[in-house]
Amino acid sequence: MAQSLTHGEMTLPADWRDLFALTKPRVMSLVVFTALCGLLAAPGHVHPVLAFSSILAIALGAGASGALNQWYEAGIDAKMKRTANRPLPAGRLDPQTALHFGVGLAAFSVFLMLFAANWQAAVLLTASILFYVLVYTIWLKPRTPQNIVIGGAAGAFPPLIGWVAATGTIAPLPVLLFLLIFLWTPPHFWALALFVRSDYAAAGIPMMPVVAGERATRRQILFYAVIMAAAAVAPWALGYTGALYGWTAVLMSAAFVLLSVPVGLRKAGEGDRMQPEKRLFAFSIAYLFILFGAVVADHMWPL
Amino acid sequence: MTDEPTPEPFDEAEYRRRQRSRANLMGWILGGLAFLFFFITVARMVVPK
Repeated sequence: MAQSLTHGEMTLPADWRDLFALTKPRVMSLVVFTALCGLLAAPGHVHPVLAFSSILAIALGAGASGALNQWYEAGIDAKMKRTANRPLPAGRLDPQTALHFGVGLAAFSVFLMLFAANWQAAVLLTASILFYVLVYTIWLKPRTPQNIVIGGAAGAFPPLIGWVAATGTIAPLPVLLFLLIFLWTPPHFWALALFVRSDYAAAGIPMMPVVAGERATRRQILFYAVIMAAAAVAPWALGYTGALYGWTAVLMSAAFVLLSVPVGLRKAGEGDRMQPEKRLFAFSIAYLFILFGAVVADHMWPL
Repeated sequence: MTDEPTPEPFDEAEYRRRQRSRANLMGWILGGLAFLFFFITVARMVVPK
């Protein structure tokens, strides 16, 4: 990973900031938080060093997935305003360095998980990296508008891995948390896709608004928001969490559905600033942080 | 995949600066990992299976 030689000329070594940007640090923060919540909500006590190492392994695995995603999609990223300045399309990093960095980080993250936690968590971490890179990035994303729906499973793994790292087994609560992120992903990404639709169209990505149209996407956002709300309340209704989480889920999900209604029913005109869509997208991020925080708070201070 | 990016023009001072900053960072990361693996080993000995 030192310098590379091109046409007999020496090119500059990759700047570490570009390698860091390759890991999609903003996405990683949500991954780390949900994984930590899964680990903290698990029964029993985990040694702090092992807990830290497990979360580090999940963060590195997510970073590796992001790096491999950017390596594969460099050509697409170059066509979109939102992603054109990433290290690969901007030419600040060569593809081979990105590939080596991603594969190396992925292998190390799995090894660290195996060493610090258990083989079950290491297998799940491997599955989540492979799912994100092979199933979502390479297979689904360029082929179907349902890419986000199925690909959302990749982002739903962290709380499950966190739980398994702590206990070595799978239980109903982390499966429900997996389901929550899985159902949260479509309205979250389609709200974004509605206001960056031209970007996706220019890059030839078959996102829902590009293929099925704006109207169908809006209806789907509303549909998924409603079933996501039901999934969010399910851990309380089924008795796996207490009232603290339950009421947080009820109130936050009601707000989510209320914000989805104008997005689902309106029709954006020419020059529309897409405020309801931007509001829903921003709220959806806070929603997940608050709900997962509530799972941990509920576990630590049951009402 | 993608087109080959245009290589940046060679600048020795910048080359050395990047090399130094990466070497420093690698040193810190490897040192940190040595400590981390030591503490994981100790923690695994302390925690009953």
